[in-house]
Amino acid sequence: MDKATVNNIAKLARIKVSEAETESLAGELTNIFDWIEQLSEVDTDNVEPMTSVTDMVMPAREDKVNDGADAERVLKNAPDLPANGQNFFTVPKVIE
Amino acid sequence: MTKDKKSLTNLTITEARDGLAKGDYSSVDLTEAHIKAIESGRDLNAFITETPELALERAKASDERRASGEAASGMDGIPIAVKDLFCTEDVQTTAGSHILGGFIPPYESTVTQNLRDAGAVMLGKTNMDEFAMGSANITSYHGEVKNPWELDDGKTRVPGGSSGGSAAAVSGHLAIAATGSDTGGSIRQPASFTGIVGMKPTYGRCSRWGMVAFASSLDQAGPMTRSVQDAAIMLQSMVSHDKKDSTSVDQPIPNFEAALTGDIKGLRVGIPAEYRLDGMPGEIETLWSQGIEWLKAAGAEPVEISLPHTKYALPTYYIVAPAEASSNLARYDGVRYGLRVEGDSLDEMYENTRGEGFGPEVRRRIMIGTYVLSAGYYDAYYVKAMKLRTLILQEFQKAFESVDVMLTPTAPSAAFALGEKMDNPVQMYLNDVFTVPASLAGLPAISVPAGLSDDGLPLGLHLITKPFDEETLFRVGGVLEEAADFTAQPSFLGGQS
Repeated sequence: MDKATVNNIAKLARIKVSEAETESLAGELTNIFDWIEQLSEVDTDNVEPMTSVTDMVMPAREDKVNDGADAERVLKNAPDLPANGQNFFTVPKVIE
Repeated sequence: MTKDKKSLTNLTITEARDGLAKGDYSSVDLTEAHIKAIESGRDLNAFITETPELALERAKASDERRASGEAASGMDGIPIAVKDLFCTEDVQTTAGSHILGGFIPPYESTVTQNLRDAGAVMLGKTNMDEFAMGSANITSYHGEVKNPWELDDGKTRVPGGSSGGSAAAVSGHLAIAATGSDTGGSIRQPASFTGIVGMKPTYGRCSRWGMVAFASSLDQAGPMTRSVQDAAIMLQSMVSHDKKDSTSVDQPIPNFEAALTGDIKGLRVGIPAEYRLDGMPGEIETLWSQGIEWLKAAGAEPVEISLPHTKYALPTYYIVAPAEASSNLARYDGVRYGLRVEGDSLDEMYENTRGEGFGPEVRRRIMIGTYVLSAGYYDAYYVKAMKLRTLILQEFQKAFESVDVMLTPTAPSAAFALGEKMDNPVQMYLNDVFTVPASLAGLPAISVPAGLSDDGLPLGLHLITKPFDEETLFRVGGVLEEAADFTAQPSFLGGQS
């Protein structure tokens, strides 16, 4: 795993990684994936991938609103709330 | 008649329940004694947030319930600690991460709500590896936790992880019991490192609603206590079928405590050959053999079994868990709660927030997960791992056709010193080699303190049963506990000076 790959993964994961860290991550991730590589020894051609440990049918509920309309609680932990007291999350300008 | 405060921090849940019922002391007495113990044990760094006022308020309410003849359950009035991964209403919940600094949930997780309804008194929120990713409690933004067990070499031992704060709090008598969460061994391995009981129920027994998610197909809450009976009592007040968690199961809930009959005559105990690792320390091997002898002496029948895919469980886990983590942790974007680090664009804000808000181990695991889920690698890694998971589950199912329970060591070593095993992530991951297979298969398992290493540090033995057979797990665990008669105490005990 080279530095370009690490930078690409970091980009996909939306994590800022410093130049120095890219170097050490490339080494660590290579080490981890070399160790994971042993799984290729196992023949899994006719094996179904697991979807759930318990044999259960996913429950369904009635399609009815059962919660919500509580902007105050939803926004309770939001950073940088609008100064005018309106109920919005804020983000940097996306459209010029 | 009030006992002196010192002895009030030496009680098990079972003893405190009896003492409260008899009126030997009140919940306020118990709670005050533990608040003092927590103050005396701050050096362990077991708590991220202490909630003494809230605890006293709830203790008072418990005493009032009892006075009017309505104690809610065996947990009513019992002071416990809560891992900082359970959302607690109006009490900061960080999951050990900078990115959740200052996050105050407006709601309560189902597990802690169940414990509240049962009358348990929360003393505070315990330290943990960041987002439960770690096996030594060294990845927390709030600093490492110290194991109350020390040797006279001047080195600090790690308490294990990720539920290291809960383990240290229970072992060091800062709380009678604590909640933990276990994804690959995060309850059982720290229990083994600190000489306490740690139990992970079957996947789906406890609702995951309101627990900060790490790997949703593996995460499961469980009790950390100073006796097997305590674990049974506490689990009773944690489990429920919960509509808010679609993986929570609708199964009859037995009386776990009643399962502790002490009778294991004729039970077949599987001893998996593949858990005998090359280079395993002799003391682990010896303790395991001793455990087999104890169960045999109690009338059980040891049976050699084979679980050939055991060696692949850990690498499988290190695909599945990071993959799920990378999805789960995508929610931390600096927009709706927690840390925000500004940037010139939305993407830059995300990258800055996540770069600064996540520690190195969490960043590493998100990146592993992102990679194995990315286009071109999904089949080779993620689907491959889910196929291995099927094989591991099938292997357990087949083995449980001929045995009732399995006995293995909990961890491949005793607690190591702070600073050891930290250069190489894979070396650290190997701590969970015995606990991860049961996690991948969703099976219930328990670690029971069973002996001391040659140096004098605690070691646990590990039992695994079939899904939803917690009763056999507790029954055998109780027999193992009695035979091991583990009475050694850590060098630090809260409230004893």
